[in-house]
Amino acid sequence: MSKPIVATASLAGCFGCHMSILDIDERILTLIDLVEFNKSPIDDIKTFSKTCDIGLIEGGCCNSENVENLRDFRKHCKILISVGECAIMGGLPALRNGIPVKDCFAEAYLNGPTVDPAGGIIPNDPELPIILDRVYPLHEIVKIDAFLPGCPPSAELIWKALTALIEGKPLELTYDLVKFD
Amino acid sequence: MSKIKFSVDGRECFGKPGQTILEAARDNGVYIPSLCRYEGLKPTGSCRICTVRVGGRYMAACTQPLSEGITVENTAPDLEDMRRAMIEMLFVGGNHMCPTCEKSGNCELQALAYRYQMLVPRFPYQFPLRTIDPTGPKLLVDHNRCIKCHRCVAMVKTKDGKSVFGPLYRSKRKKIGADLTLAAGLTDDQAKKAMDHCPVGAILKKEIGFAVPIGRRTYDKAPIGSDVETPRT
Ligand code: SF4
Ligand code: SF4
Repeated sequence: MSKPIVATASLAGCFGCHMSILDIDERILTLIDLVEFNKSPIDDIKTFSKTCDIGLIEGGCCNSENVENLRDFRKHCKILISVGECAIMGGLPALRNGIPVKDCFAEAYLNGPTVDPAGGIIPNDPELPIILDRVYPLHEIVKIDAFLPGCPPSAELIWKALTALIEGKPLELTYDLVKFD
Repeated sequence: MSKIKFSVDGRECFGKPGQTILEAARDNGVYIPSLCRYEGLKPTGSCRICTVRVGGRYMAACTQPLSEGITVENTAPDLEDMRRAMIEMLFVGGNHMCPTCEKSGNCELQALAYRYQMLVPRFPYQFPLRTIDPTGPKLLVDHNRCIKCHRCVAMVKTKDGKSVFGPLYRSKRKKIGADLTLAAGLTDDQAKKAMDHCPVGAILKKEIGFAVPIGRRTYDKAPIGSDVETPRT
């Protein structure tokens, strides 16, 4: 049987969850034997070249590019997993939820204490992705098959979830594995 | 003293007259999860996490007096799922960003979510717009996390017995307000108690935070209720 294929992405996240993936330490060598990586910042492959078995996504959706990326992952991954607090509930970026985008922009680019007193501008280059009205958890945009909470989820949880999936066994969630911070 | 015989999930238990179902169960090593209840305080039965089934009827174990011969269901899968749903509702109804919260690791709501292994709430997040009130000299009140359990209303009092906290408005608009003049008169010790009595991170003592490292906080290693539970023999 060919190796399961894994893809990963960070949307509106901080890469902390990817750091936690690397935190499996020397087991990363075992992981490389067990799976093949496709689109992922870990191997710097930028576009999908085949259908993947497992997609791991950290970060929620705060702009149009995140949504496109997420939909692309859904299309290419058989199993899609929300990794971490931001993917599951928006996390820190979702602190802006409930506040009108206009007010957020004004605070960040016009009125904030670090804005150039000569006057700031709200970035409006057409290349920039459009900011969404609020930050969305992934499962509010596409179907998500599994959730790994934590900020970041522990390396242990990521490792156990991945190996359970690869071996086709159920994941045994012990008390130490489910933590939100 | 006379003993009251009852059972919880088929386990034979004995309680004392005047006890509630929750108290008697606890004395028999059976944990019935609760959230708004605080030891030593008159229970209000407002959060409903402690709902049990007795003779097919649902009741709050923290307020229901024990009676002879009752058969209590505590861990039936549908009851546990209902409790989990209530916990999930509390998470989506406020703004609970645990990684940013000083109470994380010592929070009873979070501890219940851990106990029930909540990976994601089944309900959509509401992201209500709530405020933080940092104006008091000793305490900060974060309405994003308040679950309106009323513990603070009953427990945080001045020396002459005045409540520092009180409910404002009703229904969805309801929030817990602090009397700033009274709050300013609290001693450091009283302020610490106010923070400790709040089950969540809605009342925080100023000038100290994240004092206990991860790994040594109340619910880092053992689930809430494990101090009560004794294994079935
Ligand atoms: S109050 Fe509890 S559940 Fe809410 S954010 Fe703080 S730790 Fe998390
Ligand atoms: S501030 Fe804390 S103690 Fe007071 S009602 Fe809200 S959650 Fe309960």
